[in-house]
Amino acid sequence: MTLAERLTRLRYNRVPDHLLGEILAKNWTDNLVPFAFLIVVVATFGTLLPGFFSTASVIDTTRQLGEFLIVVIGLTVVIIGGGIDLSVGSIFALSAFSTLMTIYVGGASPGVALAAALGSGALFGAFNGFLVGYLRLRAFLTTLVTLIIGRSLYDILITTWGTRLQSSPIFNDSFDAIGMNSVAGLPISAWIAVAFTILAHLMMSRSRMGWHFTAVGGARRSAYNVGIDVRRAVFLTYVISGVSSGLAGYLFAARLSGVGPGTGWGLELSALTAAVVGGNSLGGGRGSIPKGLMGALAVLLTTNGLIRMGAGTGTSQMVVGLMLAAAIILDVRWLKNRHKVLSEVYVAPLHHAMQPAVSAQPGSGTSYALNDALASAEPIALGTVEGPEDVILDADDNLYAGTRHGEIVRWFAPDYTRSEVFSHIGGFPLGLAMDRAGQIVTCVGAMGLYGVSKAGEVTELATETRRSLLSVVDDARLRDPNDCDIGPDGRIWFTDSTTRYDAHDWALDSIESRPTGRLLVHDPKTGKTRTVLKKLRYANGVCLSHDGQSLLIAESWACTVHRYWIAGPKEGQLETVIRDMPGYPDNINRASDGTYWMAWLGMRTPSFDLALRHPAMRRRMTRNLPQDEWLFPNINTGGVVKFDDTGRIIATMGDLGGAAHPMVTSIREHKGWLYIGGILNNRIGRIRLPGADPDWTSWESYWGARP
Amino acid sequence: MTTTQRLRPRATQEGIVLLMALLLFAGFTVTLDGFLSAANLLNIVRSVSVLGVLAAGMAIVVIGRGIDLSMISIMVVTVAIQLQVMHGGWSTGAAMALAVAIALGLGAMNGYMVAYAGVSALFATLASGAFIFGFVRSQILRQDSITLPDDATTLLALGSARVLGLPLDVLAFAFVVVLGWAALRWTRQGRFLYLMGDNFQAARTTGIPVRPLIVVSFMASAVLAWAAGLTSAISLQSVNTRIVNSTLLYDVILVVVIGGIGLSGGKGGMRNVVVGAFLIGVLLNGMTILNLPNIHQNLIRSVILLAAIILDGQLNPRDEQTSQQGDI
Repeated sequence: MTLAERLTRLRYNRVPDHLLGEILAKNWTDNLVPFAFLIVVVATFGTLLPGFFSTASVIDTTRQLGEFLIVVIGLTVVIIGGGIDLSVGSIFALSAFSTLMTIYVGGASPGVALAAALGSGALFGAFNGFLVGYLRLRAFLTTLVTLIIGRSLYDILITTWGTRLQSSPIFNDSFDAIGMNSVAGLPISAWIAVAFTILAHLMMSRSRMGWHFTAVGGARRSAYNVGIDVRRAVFLTYVISGVSSGLAGYLFAARLSGVGPGTGWGLELSALTAAVVGGNSLGGGRGSIPKGLMGALAVLLTTNGLIRMGAGTGTSQMVVGLMLAAAIILDVRWLKNRHKVLSEVYVAPLHHAMQPAVSAQPGSGTSYALNDALASAEPIALGTVEGPEDVILDADDNLYAGTRHGEIVRWFAPDYTRSEVFSHIGGFPLGLAMDRAGQIVTCVGAMGLYGVSKAGEVTELATETRRSLLSVVDDARLRDPNDCDIGPDGRIWFTDSTTRYDAHDWALDSIESRPTGRLLVHDPKTGKTRTVLKKLRYANGVCLSHDGQSLLIAESWACTVHRYWIAGPKEGQLETVIRDMPGYPDNINRASDGTYWMAWLGMRTPSFDLALRHPAMRRRMTRNLPQDEWLFPNINTGGVVKFDDTGRIIATMGDLGGAAHPMVTSIREHKGWLYIGGILNNRIGRIRLPGADPDWTSWESYWGARP
Repeated sequence: MTTTQRLRPRATQEGIVLLMALLLFAGFTVTLDGFLSAANLLNIVRSVSVLGVLAAGMAIVVIGRGIDLSMISIMVVTVAIQLQVMHGGWSTGAAMALAVAIALGLGAMNGYMVAYAGVSALFATLASGAFIFGFVRSQILRQDSITLPDDATTLLALGSARVLGLPLDVLAFAFVVVLGWAALRWTRQGRFLYLMGDNFQAARTTGIPVRPLIVVSFMASAVLAWAAGLTSAISLQSVNTRIVNSTLLYDVILVVVIGGIGLSGGKGGMRNVVVGAFLIGVLLNGMTILNLPNIHQNLIRSVILLAAIILDGQLNPRDEQTSQQGDI
């Protein structure tokens, strides 16, 4: 290796480029910009205004913040649900008015007043919710009009009752205390706001109702299709917003013991700005209570700061308008371009120097030399099956394979012309195995490990494992379960090819060549799943050895087969059986003569081997070229390889023309025939194995020999 | 159109509103003294002229499936700047050119946000309205109210001029309606605007320059906002920036919606503006003669607007196929 290549290797294999993409893929990155903005606001006013952080100033701010925050949170819930509530200012004013009426005209206790405030808020909110949710009116205009209705109503009420309120002889100390007193240094209203925020956050993030709101806001039609009562959910968001504004109005009334003509005027604009500046997307589905909190802080500090700096009429309106426009434009652009940015930075290739391989050229005389044996395979289900990644046969010789449509299909012996859908899985079934009872176990792409009983009933076995401590990407999830086999004790060993890409993006994983594949084991007795091995370059086929002491694992992008000992003196050890093959290995299965069959999904090419040593070139390639023009593993020619326990290659077969079996992903020997599957193929092939035991079945030899 | 539809004419909103207006008109004629006098009838028309000009601008945007909530801000701001520079010694023509240029610029800004930045028209114009007024009021204008300068003789003369006994604001409304009707009916852009409002995606796919068209529609509404402001300033001899905080904007939307221009776009025209303005004019005039306090009038008008929106929602239900996710 030259010095330049060593430096390249150092640069690309030591600098964790992949983390940037993984972090950007997280939903919480949406919070970074609002958070940075909040910091800038605090820093700016903290510097410009002396005494901005003094205790008196902070307490004064928190008093107002409490009310404002509660309003913003109600609005945030509506926005997450896909609507908008502009009438918050009117609800706020009306609730404050009903609070004061109850106390100073009705002479009731603060508790009754609270009920009155919340009740009028809920009533107004229910009115909005009925119009928008059940009558399906456009939220913006409807609440704009109810804003005016509420405001006119308030104006009429305050004109009629204003003097009586002001000249009321009643004094209510406990009511005043709510507005004036502090507990542990914070005003009561601030404590209420904190409790309310936590409650709202729990509701949105942990409760069924909150999830329904998010679902409705994110995709109304889909929410309806999965059975959510969409209209009721929308209705409830407005009720929640009404109650929030009612509570805020109550606190306002308690703080000032009075209302004026301007109470709550313009509140909708600043509350809306706060919700959006915090990063809640208008249109719904994307947002959270903490975002509302950040936005409320940023907007309130800004407007308060401007007032204290002595800015003139209209300034705060200007700033709020500017913030709103900027936040919406930023949000729209970010939503639109997020996936582009992500796809630009997500792929982070490594330097990977493949060692020279033995030639597989036909006629080269090596043990890997491909012949044309697979070309004459007898086709089964030609043109009617799509993507049989793996095939398996039962005791009655019936043939099973997973298909791209999310089903396991059964073809009936002896001629395999009749078929039925054996079981509908819903995801793409990849590797198949059969346990002692004859039940099928399958790795379903992007879903997990599932069991299918003889009657075709599906049970979930494993869909997650323990999360690694330092992984940014969520590796608890099984992203690409690929192949499985079952140990003599019933434990199911299976591979998860990569934690960074979905199954259909396997080409990107090969281009990146980052070892993130895993070997996992699921114990049906305890129901627990455990990660056994990590850092495999596309962990693929897995197969128990004939003696049940170890398992063979294919590492596709490393062109290597490993043996992992699960019993005996070497238990827990990993050793390499075959290295530097000329093809990319896929599934491995047992053969009748005590050896193993291995499928090759494709062949190495000098060009791609060279590309693997130039990570910068591969990164430029994925960024600048359309997918059709990328260099990735050649899958136009695959093959079948037979090897023994020592790793010696016994035979190699191929399809040189590529018409019948270009890419081979699995093979299964059964009663003297070899069945061949391919994930992109339109058939299952079978060839007769001359000299093979005509009665041997994999299940009988493996399970039949074990008591 | 199918046969059954032709045989049974549907009760269009425009028809209903016209009928309501006529009934109201008849009712006031019978019950209110002096309602039918020529002076009062002129009053009715005058009272809605400025509103009508604004509604014509709003109608253009709404037909293209947009909405312009910044119209009042633009109206106040352009006229206030025009009068302020005239106080500073600018000629009437130069000041007017400046005001029009500002209006066009602000309209283009709105249009840019909607068409190119992809922000929904509601939010874009809500934000720009607040920003425009806040900026101009805090940075440029010195007081809330600006009068017409005494030496602006042309404008002052226009205020008292009568053509066929009709004052300037009525003529302005009539002129705008005819011009708007011709533009929507006879120009290619006018026809495109309907197609764009009816099915945006189809218009875009057909190759209609939808983005420039959106910008132009917002520029048109901004210029009409300025025209309405100037007309009002000429007849009142001054402009008060505080009307930004009034319910004028909702009256404009009320005229448009109640006249039958569906908020989902692609429907209606200047005739609907006239019908809507007529109903509002009769209503306002009747309520004023009945001596209802302003705050009660606001309540009644907003309830009517809500009823109109509910009716609009029933007559023009939102099309789930062409409306987009997040279209609120």
